[in-house]
Amino acid sequence: MTPHSFSALAGEARLDARTATPIHPSPARRAGRRLGLGAPIAYGWALGPVLLLAFWALGSALGWIDARILPAPWVVAMTAADLVAQGRLQHNVATSGLRALEGLAFGIPAGIAVALVSGLTRLGEYLFDGVVQIKKSIPVLALIPLLMLWFGIGEGMKITVIALSVFIPIYIQFHDALRGIDSRYVELAETLRVSRIDFVRHVILPGALPGLLLGLRYAMTTALLALVVVEEINATSGIGYMIDLARSYGQTNIVLVGLVVYAILGFSADAAVRLLQRLALPWQRTLAG
Amino acid sequence: MATHARRLTGSPAVEIRRLVRSFDARIILDRIDLTIRRGEFVALLGRSGSGKTTLLRALADLDYGAAGSGELIVPERLSVIFQDARLLPWKRVLDNVVFGLSGPDPLDRGRQALAEVELAGREAAWPNELSGGEQQRVALARCLVREPELLLADEPFGALDALTRIRMHELLRRLCARHHPAVLLVTHDVDEAIQLADRVLVLDKGRVAADLAIDLPGHAADDGRRFAELRNELLGLLGVAVPAGQEPLPEFLQGG
Repeated sequence: MTPHSFSALAGEARLDARTATPIHPSPARRAGRRLGLGAPIAYGWALGPVLLLAFWALGSALGWIDARILPAPWVVAMTAADLVAQGRLQHNVATSGLRALEGLAFGIPAGIAVALVSGLTRLGEYLFDGVVQIKKSIPVLALIPLLMLWFGIGEGMKITVIALSVFIPIYIQFHDALRGIDSRYVELAETLRVSRIDFVRHVILPGALPGLLLGLRYAMTTALLALVVVEEINATSGIGYMIDLARSYGQTNIVLVGLVVYAILGFSADAAVRLLQRLALPWQRTLAG
Repeated sequence: MATHARRLTGSPAVEIRRLVRSFDARIILDRIDLTIRRGEFVALLGRSGSGKTTLLRALADLDYGAAGSGELIVPERLSVIFQDARLLPWKRVLDNVVFGLSGPDPLDRGRQALAEVELAGREAAWPNELSGGEQQRVALARCLVREPELLLADEPFGALDALTRIRMHELLRRLCARHHPAVLLVTHDVDEAIQLADRVLVLDKGRVAADLAIDLPGHAADDGRRFAELRNELLGLLGVAVPAGQEPLPEFLQGG
């Protein structure tokens, strides 16, 4: 605000004071919405995690926390460094990562393909949708005993469980999005005399893409969950195996390293999908500003 | 108005004979007869539920699910402009304009159409980045680029603010004078109907209750008087009683 306009406002306020209704000079910029939560602070989200870490470190240093229950953060960090030096950590991370990727590589295309057939054709819907809905009501993890009988306890079973757990959210979200195209756009395409192929290509598929990417985000979470479970069943390598082995020797520090690795895997997968969303949906970015 | 009334060739663009439409045994259109000549601008007024949107949708071939009978002749090249701009949010402005467009150089024709609605330079914008009035202008460009013989407009300015609406009226009038399609404009704004149309129809309970030619004499003083007469007549037909002399003239007719 310029000094000139400020004095003009102040003058107004004085003027109005005589008529007993003072006008408050408006601040140069409103601080934020009156009923809002206040302005966000950069990196404010880190406050909780940092406090938790500080509490953990302080508790360990002062001996409040028993190291057998929860080793100090620096012990966990050093354990991780040792495991890397021995080559165990990267070997197990690679195994787990490959397993997850193989499961995703089967589950995502299968989910997309079945959702397309079932979302774009009546016959496809009648053939597949009921089956998938029934399948959806059985938790994937409950299928593990059956899958072990069919595929044994090797990699085939593990990848099948992950693929199945990925298939469901991809199918559900993408199918819903394909069927949920705004009827106004259908009407528009009809008045523009657009062919069926062009309608699918230019209206349905781009319109359903946000739904597919949402399904992909859910799929990353369920893939990680399935990965954790299958790795603790008779695996001989992988993060889950490392954790399970450490548990039987009472090595809490290694268990914690494994958990941190899972957290990093989950966070990276989510970040990758969010990046993909930003790249694939440039028209939605304009809304966020 | 009078300017493109002279362009009429007399041959019909739209022929409707004894058109009946009903939903669930409720008759919405009751034996409508209507002819719209080439280049003629017809406004369709009516209270809500009078059947005006049903008539427009019948012409646009969007009334699947309705039972009915009657004859309907509409031109091959037909465009619809809806109350919402109905742009595909995932397509840039120019791609929206040329979506489904056939013929040579669609992109060039799309750019020309955008220039005609004064949106040259916004070809690469996303629809979400435009204001409501700009979006509706893109929708208008999408219609124009198809060189329609019949333009069906379903309350196209209903969602716009008053100032934007005035500018859109000007634009539509100019574009119609240049391309002279036959136009059927559904509206519930009596002033809009009188300002834009050659002819105003009033629909009531599925029947054409009135069919008035808009015959403004063409000079300001007389126009104002005639405008007021037409408006009172139409408001009366729509069931709104206006005490004589109490209704101010619309701004564009005041002060010559």
